[in-house]
Amino acid sequence: MSALQLEGLRKSFGSLRATDNVSLGVEDGECHAVIGPNGAGKTTLIGEITGEIAPDAGRISLFGVDVTSWNVPRRALSGLARSFQITQLAPGFTALDNAAFAVQARQGHSFRFIADARKDKRLREPALAALEQVGLADRADRNAEALSHGERRQLELAVALAMQPRLLLLDEPMAGMGPEEGARMVEILRGIKRTMTIVLVEHDMDAVFALADRVSVLVNGAILKTGTPREVRDDARVRDAYLGAGAH
Amino acid sequence: MLNRTNLATLLVVLAFLAVPMAATWLGTNYVITLATRVAIYGIVAVSLDMLVGRGNLVSFGHAAYFGLGGYAVAIASFHLANDVPIFGWSGTNEALIAWPLAMAVAGLAALVIGALSLRTAGVYFIMITLAFAQMLFFLFVALKYYGGDDGLSLSTRNLFAGNRITDSRTFYWICVSALALCVLLSWRILNSRFGMVLRGAAASERRMAALGFPVYRYRLAAFVIAGMMAGLAGALWANQNRFVSPDMLSWVRSGEFLVMVIMGGLSSLVGPVVGAAAFLLIESYLSGATEHWQMIFGPFVLLVAVFAPRGLWGAVRGKDRQ
Ligand SMILES: Nc1ncnc2c1ncn2[C@@H]1O[C@H](COP(=O)(O)OP(=O)(O)O)[C@@H](O)[C@H]1O
Ligand SMILES: [Mg+2]
Repeated sequence: MSALQLEGLRKSFGSLRATDNVSLGVEDGECHAVIGPNGAGKTTLIGEITGEIAPDAGRISLFGVDVTSWNVPRRALSGLARSFQITQLAPGFTALDNAAFAVQARQGHSFRFIADARKDKRLREPALAALEQVGLADRADRNAEALSHGERRQLELAVALAMQPRLLLLDEPMAGMGPEEGARMVEILRGIKRTMTIVLVEHDMDAVFALADRVSVLVNGAILKTGTPREVRDDARVRDAYLGAGAH
Repeated sequence: MLNRTNLATLLVVLAFLAVPMAATWLGTNYVITLATRVAIYGIVAVSLDMLVGRGNLVSFGHAAYFGLGGYAVAIASFHLANDVPIFGWSGTNEALIAWPLAMAVAGLAALVIGALSLRTAGVYFIMITLAFAQMLFFLFVALKYYGGDDGLSLSTRNLFAGNRITDSRTFYWICVSALALCVLLSWRILNSRFGMVLRGAAASERRMAALGFPVYRYRLAAFVIAGMMAGLAGALWANQNRFVSPDMLSWVRSGEFLVMVIMGGLSSLVGPVVGAAAFLLIESYLSGATEHWQMIFGPFVLLVAVFAPRGLWGAVRGKDRQ
């Protein structure tokens, strides 16, 4: 069974085709990279998979279930997590709070009005474990907006991991990171890729080739090629359209 | 820990406790009347802060729930006095029945209005909550049977657990207890799992939805809880004044409630109560001096906004951690 199945997905913004008849299958357990130049429609595609953006046409299935009509929270609860290209953390809340939100979301409804959530071990312990996983445990009590850019990117990942998703969508997790932080992120992702299915949108080709089992190249909203990293790298059209033109 | 916040909170509590003594000492019951009103409006302000301060849901129609609570009590009392008790049942003169009834009526209205309003956001939410409140305002203006424009008098205060509460001190303690309960409940709610979702959604709705929270439902629940608290305050107000009128639901009232919360300090449990107290004290003092008291009050609110952007309570707390 495939973890994610896209069939004939289309989305236009005015006359701009951001998603142009995309069909794609991501196997269970696979790490599938989506690469492409800026403006190719990668973030739009992530938005359509999570339910934030309604496609004009096409179908989306998660683990064999058609979720095209599902809203964002419902898809999330079915095992879908995403990290945002532009960090979306809750300001005014600590790093640990932010991770605890994710833990809370998967522990059933939150119509619980009396007990103090910040003293709830069932929330705090798994949240701390997620911070440890990305090396942020010593920043647990810092407010999200007081973290450095790289740390916020790490927290973004920790929050997604705290959801314990079956399918993880990562939108340029290394964007704006220094080489050291980037290398560390690759190590973290290498560690988790055995435990869940990952769709990785990334510009850093070294990272993509280090992590991905397969790669899809998106150009002008359409998939130009899908294949193993080696196949994609050796493809003449891909090189013309993207890699050759000076990878970002 | 005795930081500025705790010290100031203690002072507020002591002030409420000292009111009856102050009244005796000053030889006037007016102090109690005024303090009772502070407690009642304090409940409204605390409930409104749950929406505006914590939920980032600027409701411009909170007076509707306050007014509905008042009318629920007054209408029940009206039927009883005219020998047509609702459902032929005379239990509605008992506060322990009438007040929860008032809360239920206000909560039900909040459920319906919230369900529609919360589909919008930002300025639209402000406008639609205002529009619904105005609809209810005109409904009561049009209800001639219940006094219309002129309002409706209660022949007596409700009984409380069978006891008369006409004594101003007794009634004061009831109102202060209700305020204390509402503050404590809000404090628990805002730190609970539910409160975390409400506040998290105010900080980043997109993030909370992506985590799997159906944000709308939690906001609706908060809207209902706040509406019920305002309904309780309305019931108390109706009892204090033995009178209700459409004025209770007017948009001016809704605006005053917002001023109390913002002036007192958003997102602080005690701030809205302080805001209600400041508002009523200034109003009482200035309106005695001139009928154009708002000409002086307006600039005062402006000064608070400029020099204490976190409200009076924010200024009191200083650099204490939120
Ligand atoms: N909400 C929107 N309205 C209009 N145009 C949009 C919107 N979102 C994205 N676009 C456009 O769609 C194209 C694809 O954007 P995006 O998915 O962000 O690309 P990528 O993530 O691959 O850089 C871009 O040309 C972008 O300007
Ligand atoms: Mg993008």
